[in-house]
Amino acid sequence: MAVTTALPRDLDAAGATPISYWRTVAWRLARDPATLVAGALLGLIVLSALLAPWLAPYDPNAGSIRLRLAPVGAPAHVLGTDEQGRDMLSRLLWGGRMTLVAGLTPVLVAFVLGTALGVLAGYVGGLTNTLVMRTMDIFYAFPAVLLAIAISGALGPGLPNTLISLSIVFVPRVVRVAESATVQVKSLEYIAAARASGAGVPAIVRHHLLANVLGPILVFASTQVSLSIILAAGLSFLGLGVTPPAAEWGLMLNTLRQSIYVNALVPALPGLAIFVTSMAFNLLSDGLRDAMEIRT
Amino acid sequence: MSAAPLLEVRGLRKHFPLRSGVLQRTHAWVRAVDGVSFDVYPAETLGIVGESGCGKSTLARLILRLIEPDAGSVRFAGEDVRGASADRMKRLRRDMQLVFQDPHASLNPRLTIEDAVAFSLLVHGTSRAEARERARALLGRVGLEARLYGRRYPHELSGGQRQRVNIARALVLDPRLLVLDEPASALDKSVQAQVLNLLADLKAERALTYVFISHDLNVIEYVSSRVLVMYLGEIVETGTADALAQAPKHPYTQALFASAPSLDPDRRLERPPLSGDPPNPIDPPSGCRFRTRCAFAMPRCAETPPALRAVGEAHDVACYLYEREATVGAAPR
Repeated sequence: MAVTTALPRDLDAAGATPISYWRTVAWRLARDPATLVAGALLGLIVLSALLAPWLAPYDPNAGSIRLRLAPVGAPAHVLGTDEQGRDMLSRLLWGGRMTLVAGLTPVLVAFVLGTALGVLAGYVGGLTNTLVMRTMDIFYAFPAVLLAIAISGALGPGLPNTLISLSIVFVPRVVRVAESATVQVKSLEYIAAARASGAGVPAIVRHHLLANVLGPILVFASTQVSLSIILAAGLSFLGLGVTPPAAEWGLMLNTLRQSIYVNALVPALPGLAIFVTSMAFNLLSDGLRDAMEIRT
Repeated sequence: MSAAPLLEVRGLRKHFPLRSGVLQRTHAWVRAVDGVSFDVYPAETLGIVGESGCGKSTLARLILRLIEPDAGSVRFAGEDVRGASADRMKRLRRDMQLVFQDPHASLNPRLTIEDAVAFSLLVHGTSRAEARERARALLGRVGLEARLYGRRYPHELSGGQRQRVNIARALVLDPRLLVLDEPASALDKSVQAQVLNLLADLKAERALTYVFISHDLNVIEYVSSRVLVMYLGEIVETGTADALAQAPKHPYTQALFASAPSLDPDRRLERPPLSGDPPNPIDPPSGCRFRTRCAFAMPRCAETPPALRAVGEAHDVACYLYEREATVGAAPR
């Protein structure tokens, strides 16, 4: 039959330079103003946390009894000092490191572990699925805060234990999303076609399954970052997370809370930092979700 | 039918369990395919026709062993497909391929069509460069110039173009048997014709054997040399396309032909076309499964299911109406 139809020139050009999925996503992200603002803000926060040793004007742990609770805008202490006379700006910069590590690491761990478990359960199915998913349900049955407090309480305070307890909170959530995405994609005909071509399970998972489930899992994981930051700060606030005198936003909130009647603005600063950071993560994940919603 | 059959299907059966409750106990079975036997000879096109839900697609997947049958056997070129080891199965898969119905779900949205076609070759150890080369050549053959389309993603193509990609993917391993599961049903009529013609050309070029599954009698009549009529997981009639078109025997086949729109006034029958939906395959009627919708149902039809018996040259029908007839008799039309 006649299939050699003349094609318009622009079609030829489009055929020569394909636009890959992730490049389209990046392009769409870069055009969304809310995402751009959130991204810039986050970049600033991450950068300031990374550069804390060079940016901080004072040692975050060195205080002065004479300079306790200096107000915002005090000479030599732009953001004031805390109840032990430590420089707030320095502590906020250093505290950002802790909070970001405590917030991002569990989600990262959950993303990797959860994807692996979820894809395994979803693809293999049967008894494996039942075992994995019902185990996850046990953890899922507890409210996130309660579970984090319980595990942290059992393990004792300290950053490593916080990371462990928060990872345990987030793994089951990611597993659920990964499993349902896998089950859905697995039933599609292109997976059957790959099987019909003689491909083994590893090849199918690598080339056909992962590429199609990682997107939704990534979007879900990104929504969890803000929650993880708040939980990490919450644990520190309760004395179950980072131990004093280290600077961490949640811990700073805790130790400054009695000073709220003396100087209201200074104790609000770490809370503001937590709010802005988690908000920025939320906006970014919203933007990511929208940008990835491409007709396929 | 002189040569040995390329594909022998014997007593193939697949019942899907329906589970419910906390313990996931099986409370019923869907009898998707129930004791189906047939042969496919080299270079022929066997059409399989039946209503939606009669088990056609399940049969396609059973033949390719994408799902395991409960009973029965499939032999390809004399080799037992069902008992093949993983290694043998991988080799066998090169020889029989499937073209899917849904041009949207059957292509990975994250692979360019060139990569989608080349994937099968990579699986079988072809080098990347050669796989790409052959994929591009085949895309050109099915009417998608690789220079223009090769690096595109499925969502950038139309339904007809995607179906061409599907065909290319199925053909890239140089199979001998192609099972086509409603390959043109999701397409517009004009595109459908193009795809059917392409399939006919490819068949001649590559000495292919087709098992062509469709619910569309016109399409089946057009492409098939032999036709197999399925109803609720069973074969009710088989014969050459001409024999079935000229003198359908089984009341179901007759109803199918009567309900198929024809442009020829002489072929428009007075018989009321089939009414109602097919019974639920979870609990099919006893005896002959068609009896609940059959105008000629007799008491004995409810007792034991009729077996396929010859009513003509390579023409079998499973109906008691033809039991005492030797070869060609008076059809109830």
